[in-house]
Amino acid sequence: MSSATEAQRLGDLARLRRVKDRIVREYAQPLDVDALARGAHMSSGHLSREFKRAYGESPYGYLMTRRIERAMMLLRRGDQSVTDVCFAVGCQSLGTFSTRFTELVGMPPSVYKERAGDATIGIPSCVAKQVTRPIRNREASPTSST
Amino acid sequence: MEIKIHASFLPHTDPEESLEFYRDILGFEVRTDVGYGGMRWITVGPVGQPDTSIVLAPPDADPGLTEEERRTIAEMMAKGTYATLVLQTDDLDTLFERLQATDAEVIQEPVDQPYGIRDCAFRDPAGNHIRINQAS
Repeated sequence: MSSATEAQRLGDLARLRRVKDRIVREYAQPLDVDALARGAHMSSGHLSREFKRAYGESPYGYLMTRRIERAMMLLRRGDQSVTDVCFAVGCQSLGTFSTRFTELVGMPPSVYKERAGDATIGIPSCVAKQVTRPIRNREASPTSST
Repeated sequence: MEIKIHASFLPHTDPEESLEFYRDILGFEVRTDVGYGGMRWITVGPVGQPDTSIVLAPPDADPGLTEEERRTIAEMMAKGTYATLVLQTDDLDTLFERLQATDAEVIQEPVDQPYGIRDCAFRDPAGNHIRINQAS
C-alpha cells in the first residue's frame, strides 16, 4: 500500500471513528443512519458499508446495541418502567426496542428488569461497561461457544 | 515494599498535537522530550505528582513490529480502538468545560453512571480514548 493510499485510509477510519463517537454521545437523540451520514458527508449506503467493514457491525446495529446497553443499566437500577427506559434511550418504538433487546440479551426487557441484580458492583467502571455490553455473539447458539 | 506506577506509554501520531493536548489543555508538565531518528518520546505528567508519568511515544518504534502490525496499529488508532487512559479530577465539570472549549473530540458529556461514578470521555489528538472520573 502506498503511503498516500494509507494516509487516505487512516483519514477515512478517523471519520468513521467520529461517527461511532457521535453514536456514543447522542444515542438518546432521535438519531438515524441518514443523520449520521449527513454529519459525515457520506451517503448512507457508503457509511453503512464502511462502518461495518471497520467495526464489524452496521451503524444502525451499533446504535441499537448502544441503546440496549444503556437500557440494561437503567433496568438494573430498577426505578423506571420498560416504556420509560425505551424512550429514555432514544428508541421511538416499544416494539422495535423489545425485539432488539430480546435478540441481544436473550430475554425480554420486562423479564430482565425482574431478574437484574447488582452484579457489577466493585468492578472498575470501564470494565463493567465492557462486560455488560450486549454483544452480537449472544445471538449465536449456545452450543457454538467453547 | 512499595511499587509505584512510574510511567505508562500512550501512542501519538503527531507529537506537537499531543503535546498541545496534554500540556496546554490538561495542564500537564513536560518532563523530558527526547528525539531520535525523526521520532519523539515526550514524558508528561500532572504537576505535583512527579512519580507518575505518561510517555507519549511513536507507536511504531519497536523494530520487532512487522509492516502488517504497524499498519494494524495505525488503523486501530485511527478507528479509536487502540489505547485508553482513565484520569481522575476533583472538578470534572470545570475540566469538561475547558476541554469542550477546544478542538478536542467529545465522546461523552459528564454523566452520573448507574454504577456509581460520574465521568466524561474525550479523544486525544491520536484517537486515544481518554476517560475522566470525578473523584468521590
